[in-house]
Amino acid sequence: MAAKRGTTVYLYELAWILPSFAIPVGMLVALVVTAFGAGVHLPGLERRIDPTKVAETAPFDKPGLVEIAPGQYEVRMTAQIWSFAPNEIRVPAGSTVHFWATSKDVVHGLLIPKANVNVMLLPGQVAHAEAHFDTPGEYLIICHEYCGIAHHTMAGKLIVEARR
Amino acid sequence: MTRSEDRLTAAFVAVALVALFGGVLTGFFQALEHAGMDVYPSTPLVKSYYHSLTLHGVLNVLVWTTFFICGFVPFMTTRALGRPLALPGVAWLTFWVMLGGFVLAAIPLLGNAATVMFTFYPPLKAHWAFYVGLTLVVVGTWLVTWNLALTWRAWRREHAGERTPLAAFMGLVTFAMWTIASLGIAAEMLVMLIPWSLGLIGGTDPLLARVLFWFTGHPIVYFWLLPAYMSWYTLAPRQAGGKLFSDPLARTSFILFLVLSTPLGFHHQYTDPGIHVGWKLVHAFLTFAVFFPSLLTFFNVVASLESGARARGGKGWIAWFAKLPWGDPSLAAQVLAMLLFTFGGIGGLINASYNLNLVVHNTAWIVGHLHLTVGTAVTLTFMGICYWLVPYLAGKALWSRRLAQAQVWIWFVGMIIFSNTLHRLGLLGMPRRTMIGAAAYVQPEWKALLPLVGVGASLLFLSSLAFFLNLVLTLVVSRAPAPAPAVPAFTEALSGADHAPAILDRWRPWIALAFVLIAIAYGPTLVRLALTTPFNTPGLRVW
Repeated sequence: MAAKRGTTVYLYELAWILPSFAIPVGMLVALVVTAFGAGVHLPGLERRIDPTKVAETAPFDKPGLVEIAPGQYEVRMTAQIWSFAPNEIRVPAGSTVHFWATSKDVVHGLLIPKANVNVMLLPGQVAHAEAHFDTPGEYLIICHEYCGIAHHTMAGKLIVEARR
Repeated sequence: MTRSEDRLTAAFVAVALVALFGGVLTGFFQALEHAGMDVYPSTPLVKSYYHSLTLHGVLNVLVWTTFFICGFVPFMTTRALGRPLALPGVAWLTFWVMLGGFVLAAIPLLGNAATVMFTFYPPLKAHWAFYVGLTLVVVGTWLVTWNLALTWRAWRREHAGERTPLAAFMGLVTFAMWTIASLGIAAEMLVMLIPWSLGLIGGTDPLLARVLFWFTGHPIVYFWLLPAYMSWYTLAPRQAGGKLFSDPLARTSFILFLVLSTPLGFHHQYTDPGIHVGWKLVHAFLTFAVFFPSLLTFFNVVASLESGARARGGKGWIAWFAKLPWGDPSLAAQVLAMLLFTFGGIGGLINASYNLNLVVHNTAWIVGHLHLTVGTAVTLTFMGICYWLVPYLAGKALWSRRLAQAQVWIWFVGMIIFSNTLHRLGLLGMPRRTMIGAAAYVQPEWKALLPLVGVGASLLFLSSLAFFLNLVLTLVVSRAPAPAPAVPAFTEALSGADHAPAILDRWRPWIALAFVLIAIAYGPTLVRLALTTPFNTPGLRVW
């Protein structure tokens, strides 16, 4: 009797273990396909910067927007308590924007909702993110990491202008 | 067990409950702020939203959990082994070290000199006492590990060849896993933050600090969860009138947590620069691997509850659920905690999903997730445990069973409203850890949802007041009944420990495997950072 009961339990266990294994594996496959097939990239290993000399280090000595190729823009951005520089960016619809950013003081974040731009800005690290903007309109740029008493005032705008 | 050991558990649980009270009070203030009522000008001690938020995080996720666990897990382990702790003097010393650490950290914390959140990312620079205090709390947890290990060894000498009783096995796995995992935060504190806050070294490095923090910061959630699982596996089935479905499957799941909990912390740092994306992907894989023991737990615990409900006349595929003994607030709390944890687990998979994380990282979604996991799966379970543990320790009947029944449902409903709203706000791009009521960029679609944050949190606050009121009145008003309140008996298993492979009862191979996986997942990045980090970021106090 005991052996029989043990066998039944064993079958139930197996009936659960196999799908429990298959579900995460299936999800991983979906993840890898979207990561490499759809080209949604994460910030990665770029380079270090001396966090006390950001204002003297290229390209962050001249924060701003640069057109590097037709439809391709580069934003060189610094984050500091409690602002972004530049804090307003205008690009035409259909542009790809490469963000190169770092922090001059504490940890900040760069979040552009609806554009999948989400990257931490750490003192000492150059961060990179890129996004493609097709839909005209105003996008928020928000610091999404606590950076001191006025953290909630730290924000900017990215304006995508319709092409004429 | 000796009265001294019960007093020790009572001491840990008392500190935990005091911390929880501070945590829920400040949490309530924050939700009111989000709903448009800024109460901080009228709170004398709490200086700002961010001061409140730091208190809320540290008191709830660091102090309430750790102190409760250090009281509860040794209590369960010694009962399961049927012998007292090997070193009772050290056990009390542990309590005083941890309490001393907590008080030391609490002084700058209350004084607004450590408003750095519970993640204390440098170069935000807190008072040194904050770092030293928290380190002493961690050192205390190591003393618990040592004591439990010696207790188990003494048991083993008298019970050669026997299987370690399940609850004791789970207690040991919990503390072994935690001790390995806590090496990251220990290194961050001892090598970086403490000498820096004392002025012995000039600079720090935000990236290395975050890597070391999240080395511990993810597995710490298993340190909170595994004691809740211990209750779900070894007490709840019996409280439900049933038996544990499978003891070997439970052991397998815990061994997998021991091995897999730590080498996956980069999934908190997907959006960090300075870490190679390949290693981030490896950590994503390992995070999905740890989903496997979670699914095993889900199945085993639900099947066990089902055996109880069927024994009570439950029928059908789903309908049996209604036949659980819902009148027992201790069990009701735990079953409701499990229900919400299902959604916490699914949300966790989304967070762990590499590029999908870009949509939710550091948004209000994460806050919603955290409140389903540590805020409900863990906290509501611990509340359910308190409903038998506090009466047992006090030797008095629970003041009101009905109030307790109402309390757990109010928490459940309040948390559904609160956490669902935060998840949605996160998807709409609302950042976490932000004084939203004062932000200039609040969107109309956020505004429409924010009052619900206040509604949910008000229910949660009401529920926690009912919880504390019940415990306080148990202590001061209730009478000692006959028979005295008892500890729930350990569950029997349908498939018992003797069906489990013997290798599950060995420690060295699994701990060695855990270290091998950590070396693979973290080794190259840690070595690179150790060799190249310049430690040249100055500290700042910006609050």
